[in-house]
Amino acid sequence: MNKKDNMIKMKSVNKWYGKIQVLNDCSLEVSKGEVIVVCGPSGSGKSTLIKTINGLEPVKSGEITVSGISVTNKSTDLDQMRSKIGMVFQNFELFPHMNVTENIKLGQMKVLGRTDEEADQKAKALLERVGLTEHAEKYPSQLSGGQQQRVAIARGLAMEPMAMLFDEPTSALDPEMINEVLDVMVKLAKEGMTMMVVTHEMGFARKVADRVIFMDYGKIIEDAPSQDFFGSPRSDRAQEFLSKILNH
Amino acid sequence: MFELDFSVIPANSSLLWEGIKMTFLLTGLAIVGGIILGTFLALLRIAKIPVLSQFSAAYVNFFRSLPLILVIFWLFFLVPLIVGRPVGAFSSVLVAFILFEAAYYSEIIRAGINSVRLGQLAAARAMGLTYIQSMRYVILPQAFRAMTPILLTQAIILFQDTSLVYVVGLRDFLVSAEIVANRDQRLVEMFLFVALVYFVFCFAASLGVKYLQKRINNEL
Repeated sequence: MNKKDNMIKMKSVNKWYGKIQVLNDCSLEVSKGEVIVVCGPSGSGKSTLIKTINGLEPVKSGEITVSGISVTNKSTDLDQMRSKIGMVFQNFELFPHMNVTENIKLGQMKVLGRTDEEADQKAKALLERVGLTEHAEKYPSQLSGGQQQRVAIARGLAMEPMAMLFDEPTSALDPEMINEVLDVMVKLAKEGMTMMVVTHEMGFARKVADRVIFMDYGKIIEDAPSQDFFGSPRSDRAQEFLSKILNH
Repeated sequence: MFELDFSVIPANSSLLWEGIKMTFLLTGLAIVGGIILGTFLALLRIAKIPVLSQFSAAYVNFFRSLPLILVIFWLFFLVPLIVGRPVGAFSSVLVAFILFEAAYYSEIIRAGINSVRLGQLAAARAMGLTYIQSMRYVILPQAFRAMTPILLTQAIILFQDTSLVYVVGLRDFLVSAEIVANRDQRLVEMFLFVALVYFVFCFAASLGVKYLQKRINNEL
């Protein structure tokens, strides 16, 4: 892994919803190929944090760059930039009026300008990769939650992104479907994809995360290599959080 | 006592047929035009640019505060003035219907857009689609699907409302029937027939609405 290449950089980011400060002086760096897990209690600002990286959530102040391109600069073509960052949502957000293949082809054709044939081939290859070849013609409502989320990952990968953002990708899933999604993500991490994952799946964090970021009240409380984080979190709040979610 | 004599209907079938064609042509064009303009107004309304959404809101409130018959009447005089030459009753009536219906359609379409989950727009934007592309390929197709029954209901109302064109002398189905009724002194027969035709079409369409509603509810 080449630790010198900065992929995502965030410096002193602040954001308010009305009078509530949801992000408080957040700074972080993610190198190319790194896998970062972001965790913390609900309402701590972790989903908001990763949504600022592709500009889905505008920020009040601070600087965010992805691969050297500023997200916070008004003159940046955000649409262009977003196409290079894949995003997977808690509720999958597949397009219900399109079948699985069409879901994967839409961005390729309308944003990247690939031909129908190129997009189709890419979709086929990706569906094989996430183990859903036989579901290519089905509509999202005909799939289980786990299958839908795997399609959503394939849809993100179809754009050949330089990084992938995951916003609680397994929180809306039945327990027996969590692993099929995590398996795909582990594979992706091992192939060297730069990933930022908001999740409470500490097993996943332990297995593949290079670093764990712990947030509370909109602040980044800890940013530590994962073995250090799980060994002995430095902050009391992180310790308390871990004991709550690990001890059952 | 008088005898009912329905032979007056086949005897005047070509005139009545022309009338029916006019009614359907007007209804069809007004639906298409109304939905296009209505979609445009709905998109302006939800735009985050105040002057655009205020314009759209004012437009909708204006037309929804006027009786349709007045709009038809006004445009019959206004359209020739605006374009500077006579345009004929059909064109002016069509413009009136499109402008008027668009106000209603835009409210339906706006509700349809709002019924699509916010996350869908986020997902579309996240893959790099522009706002317009996201609307075009992701949001509007879902919105239209959800609101097809309501749009069709509005179309039924419009179909009935086209009969108001008698005020400017356009020969739609009702006017054609009235001409026959007065000329041949067969008012009861003709107006029974007119009522039956309107009823059959509207009732069939409303059954269609029910069927669609059921199918959509099953899918969601």
